[in-house]
Parts: sequence; C-alpha cells; structure tokens
Amino acid sequence: MMRREIPLFITSVVGFIFVIRFFIPHEPFYSLEDVSSSWIQVIQAFAIWLGILNLLKVSLDKIYKKERGWGYSGVIIFSFLAISIAGFFFPLWEERPAGYSYLQHAREFLKPGTSFDWFYWYVYSPLSSTMFATLAFFIASASFRAFRARSFQATLLLLSGFVVMFGSVPVGNVLFGWLPAGWQVSDIADWVRNVPQVAGQRAIQIGIALGIISTSLRLILGLERAHLGREE
Amino acid sequence: MPGMVSLTLAGFLTLGIMSFVYKDNPIYKFCESIFIGVSAGYYFVLIFYQSLLPQLTDKIGLTGALTDSALAYYRQSGSLASVQWFNLIAAVLGMMMLMRLLPKIGWISRWPLAFVIGSIAGLKLIGELQTNIMTQIQKSILPLWAPQYVDGSLSLAASIGQSLTNIVLVGGILTGVIYFFFSKEHKGVFGGAARVGIWFLMVTFGAAFGLTVMSRMSLLIARIDFLLRDWLHLLG
Amino acid sequence: MSQPNPSAPTLGPGFWEKFALLDRRIIFAFIFLGLALPLFYTIRQPIPVSPEGRAYYQSIENLPAGSKVLLSFDYDPPSSPELQPMAEATFKQLFTKNCKLVVIGLWPQGPQQAEQALATALRDPRFKDKKLEYGVNYANLGYMAGNEIVIQKMNADIISTFPSDYKGNATASLPIMRGVRNYKNFDFIINFSSGFVGTREWVQFCVDRSGAKMIAGNTAVQAPENYPYFRSGQLKGLLAGMKGAAEYETVAGQPGKGISFMGSQSVAHLVVILFVILGNIAYFVSRRKW
Repeated sequence: MMRREIPLFITSVVGFIFVIRFFIPHEPFYSLEDVSSSWIQVIQAFAIWLGILNLLKVSLDKIYKKERGWGYSGVIIFSFLAISIAGFFFPLWEERPAGYSYLQHAREFLKPGTSFDWFYWYVYSPLSSTMFATLAFFIASASFRAFRARSFQATLLLLSGFVVMFGSVPVGNVLFGWLPAGWQVSDIADWVRNVPQVAGQRAIQIGIALGIISTSLRLILGLERAHLGREE
Repeated sequence: MPGMVSLTLAGFLTLGIMSFVYKDNPIYKFCESIFIGVSAGYYFVLIFYQSLLPQLTDKIGLTGALTDSALAYYRQSGSLASVQWFNLIAAVLGMMMLMRLLPKIGWISRWPLAFVIGSIAGLKLIGELQTNIMTQIQKSILPLWAPQYVDGSLSLAASIGQSLTNIVLVGGILTGVIYFFFSKEHKGVFGGAARVGIWFLMVTFGAAFGLTVMSRMSLLIARIDFLLRDWLHLLG
Repeated sequence: MSQPNPSAPTLGPGFWEKFALLDRRIIFAFIFLGLALPLFYTIRQPIPVSPEGRAYYQSIENLPAGSKVLLSFDYDPPSSPELQPMAEATFKQLFTKNCKLVVIGLWPQGPQQAEQALATALRDPRFKDKKLEYGVNYANLGYMAGNEIVIQKMNADIISTFPSDYKGNATASLPIMRGVRNYKNFDFIINFSSGFVGTREWVQFCVDRSGAKMIAGNTAVQAPENYPYFRSGQLKGLLAGMKGAAEYETVAGQPGKGISFMGSQSVAHLVVILFVILGNIAYFVSRRKW
C-alpha cells in the first residue's frame, strides 16, 4: 500500500490538479497548483543531487573494490571535490567585500573572477565543448559511408540536405550565382525549411503529441505503472 | 586578458578530448573523468545556491536579505504568504528522494517521484493538445487558392506562388499524418497518400540533417578558433 | 569502435573500391584543415538573410523604447558558439532601445553564459554614457530547477518562482521588478535554447497560456522542430544556428563571431557535400562491377 497505492494516488491527484487548473483558473486549484509547483522545484533540485550522489557512490565503490579503471574513478572524485571546495569555500581565501557576511560573499560564487568561475571557463567549458565538437568529425565520416542515393526516397533526403547545406552558407550563392534572382540557392533553402520541412515537422509533431497525451492520460488514470518499478 | 597558465590548461584539456578522434587512449579517459567530476561538482554547488537556498530558506527569511520590500511583496500577494512555511514539506519530499541511495528504504523515493510525474503528465496533457495539435491544425487550414494583390491589382505570379506554398503545406501535413496512421493498411488511395507523406518526411529529415551538420561544424570551428587564436595566438 | 582495415580484401582492384574503404582519419584531417585554414583569412561574402532572421531583428526593432524584456538562457558551453553571438548582439540591440532586461536560466549554465554576453555588450562604447545599472536596467535572476514547471509557475508569480537573484539579493527588492508579477508585465520574451527544456516548452506554457510575444534563438540541431511555431506565429522570429547568428549580426549591423566564422562554415559544408558525392560515386561504381 505504502509502496504502490499511495504513489499511484499522488500521481493521479497532482495530475488532475494541473489539468483542472487549466479549465477552472480559480481557487482552490490556483493555490494548489502554486504550492505543488514550488514543491516540484525543490524535488527536482534534490533529484539532480541524487544523480550526483549516486555517481559518487559508484565511483567510491569502484575505488574500494579496486575494480578495473579505479584510478579514473579517483580522478572523478578529486575533480568533484576540487570544484565543490572552490564553490563553497572560496570566501576563505578571496578578499571579502566590506560589510559582507560569509554567506553573502559565498553566494556571489558565479561572479567573474571567483575560483568557481575560473573552473567554469577554463576546465568545464573547454571539456564539455570539445566533447560535443568532436561529433563534427564523426558526422562527416558517417555521411561519407552511409549517405547513399539508393532509392527515390533516399535521393530526396540527400537533395534536401544539400539544398539546406548550400543555402545556409554564403558560398552557396557564389557557386550557384547563375540562378535567377529570387531563385538563389539560399531562397530555395528558405522555402524548403519554411514550407515542406514545416509540413513534415507538423505531421511528426501531431503524432508525438498524440503519443504524449495518451501516455499522460494513462499515468493520471493509474493505468501506466512502469515508473513505480517492480512489484515488491 | 586571462592568464597564460589558465589558457594552456584549457588548451591541453581540449587536445586531450580531441585525441579520441585518433583513437581511444588513457589521456582521453583522464580528461573525460575530470569532465564527469567537474560537471557533478558544478551542478552540486549550483543547485544548492541557486535552487535550494532561494526556495527553502530565502523565502522564509532564514538566509538572504529578505528586505522590507520583499516582505511587503509576499504580504500583498496574499495567496503566497501562507505557504512560505508549508514549503518546508518540499524539503522533506526532497530528502525522501535521496532515500533511493539506501537499498532498504529506497521505495520511499517513489512518493516524490509520483509527485513530479503526476504534475508533468497533467501539464503535458493540456500543453501538447493546445500547442501541438489544436494550434498547428488551426494554422494549417489555409486557402488553396490565395489571391495576392500588388498595388490593388491581382498579381497572377504572386498568387500562384502563394497558392502552391499553401497546397504543399496542407498536402504535406495531411499525407504525413496519414503515413503515421497504422490502423488501416497502406493500400490504394490511402497507400498512395502515405507514400507522398513519406516523401515529405524525407525532405524534412534531409533539412534536419543539413542543419545538424551546420551545428556540429560550428562547435568544432569554435574549438579550433580557441586553440589557434586564444591559446597559440596564431591568428590575428 | 571498429577501424576499417586498409589491408582487408577490397571489393575489387579498382580505385573506387579502395576509396569506399577510406580510413576515416583521412576524412577527419580534411575536416580539420577545411575548418582551420579559412580562419587565417578574412572572407567577406554577403550573407543571405532568411525571413525568420529578419523577423527576429524587426520584432525587437518594433518594441517601444524602454520596454521590459524577459530573456531565458537555456543552454550550456557546447552550444555557445551558436547561441553566444546571438545573445551578445541581442543585448546590444535591446540596450540601444533602452529596454529593461530580466535574465533567467532553466539550464544551470545559462545565467553564467548570460553574464558573459552581458559583459561583452556592456563594454560597447555606445553604452558607456548610458550608465546602465544592475537592478535598474538589467538583472540576472539565476537558475531554477524544475524545467517546464518553472515556466508554468511564472504565469502566476515570477517573484516567488525566483525569490533571489543570482547573487542572493531578494528579487522583490530590485527596482526593475517593481510592478512585475507575471508574463503580462513583460512586453517581450526572448529564449536562447539548445534542447530540453527550451523553446518548445516556452511556446507551450508561456506563449500559448499567457499570450506573450516571443522570439527564439536555437541551435541548428534543434531549430527544425520549432519552425512550425514560427510559421504559425507562436514565435515572432527565429534564428537557427551560426547562420542565424550571422544573419542577425548582418541586419543589426553588429558584425561578430557569427559572421567571422562563416568562411570556415562554408568550407565545412563543401567538404561534407564533396565526401557524400564521392562516397556515392564509389558506391555506384563498385556495385556496377559486382
């Protein structure tokens, strides 16, 4: 009961509040939604913390059991501690503005020049940016290997991709400068993005929306229970 | 002008991650681990100061400068004043979420989880219906003959252009939706429409592919620019 | 990850058969050079401006002077090459129009990206004698967890959604927030977004529920799914990726990184297109021989 029925009940009640509030924008639904929203802001913040703590737990486990690659887990823990200490304790070694309490000073941790800010711009930012930037190499080699005009449909996909790629950079209009005014490759790309692309995208969106609506309805009515995990 | 030491560190971290494109190697793994640890720490600190303190303790005046104007605001907005302390229940729900880390009482985390899922289901149910179905259908009901007037007189070329655009838009959406409708076998006229629908979807995916290439390349350009300009000063 | 082995038996003896098995690292080298070399030259080609990019600029231009604008920064450093130039140019255009700006972030990194864009904009000599002041002309309310719930809650009350700004000051005590309760007190909303939570949720829970007017800057990956909203008028303007940034910089007359990277972007697209064409030739030639 505590493990399944109550969570199911909570899901339904909260779901109903958010639905009813849309149709009846008055008290008590107004306040109910407001309070629920505040709670969810806090729960989601804790959910992110949960993820982090879980990562630490797994890493510490690995180090403790000396599993393969435990050294890398050590690096994870060390980096985590380094930036966290910078974030929580920088007022200890940085000059405090006059009249500021420790907490007031600590809360300005995002200001340019703090240790935390240094971590953001010189460690976090280059690492995360490069991680995604390397995808450029792989998308190029994947297109070389997989992008084949095998059928009419595949050819359409290829042509549409080419038009958008040529039309998105200035060199497209230089290469195809012989096209008449108003029919430059950038104009054609604009049309492709704004007309057939929108048509296809709307069809997809309507499909996805129907899927989300039915799943939401199942959740609120208590028919969908996968999020509660196994029966225990 | 940031210090050369900081830039050099950023430069080496960039090269460390990039080394993966040659081959997976220990330097990459080392940099990746730093990335994971630093991200986790970044979120940890940020969540504390930017989400938890404001929501839990600032509102009731335990931390932060809850000035007179702020108090006056909460008093005046009425409906809120009464819920400030109530908000601490949220902290309890949050702690219940963390219980997931303890195998024995991990099930307690289902309560706050149910709360979040219920709210998102409720929100999305209406939001998707309103934004992605009703509005999109409403805005897709277009005249198939759309006369265009230039300086008060009918312009045939412009009218044909606009009408074609409308026809492509309406036709594309209808046939696209038909393609996604699997409850009826794709045969005859219905099958033909579904085939046209897939053509539209292919054009859509092609455009998305083109834009994805653009996106990925932009990120790499910026990294190369960082290496050559900011770090090594090879560019003017 | 499997590497194509150059010594593996090829489909046939011809050049194209071997070419089809080209080591991916050769492609990588071409891409690297194609992106790096143009950075050494200043290539100035006219940048074609799309209707959605022009609409983005025009809708800010049409705002009455001194309008109150809410900007949401929903992206992180990997997307900043595309979105940061948009953000910087947008801040400049808004400050030129004496708009009052309130910044929030639904991605944790957003407010910090916003701070940097703000700092760049404020260094512009045009705004030196305007004496733009924190809390009066602009404010940064920081990040808040909760994704779409945050957007929805601001329909009722922005101050209780963001009780403190990013430095810990009470939001209600900031002069810029005087008289602000929900979206209705803002003349305009601008969203910079690179995924979930982003433009899609803003349209759903802000635009469609409050009737607010909004424009968005998107990464090119995410833009396709938001074009329908531009077409339907739920978005008044849309910038897509680095090209969008370059377009906007062009119409706004504020050249920046968006324009300066267009040379590399051009070569990158040509290299990818060329390799796709060569790959297809190799495929069809080797298939025919088979």
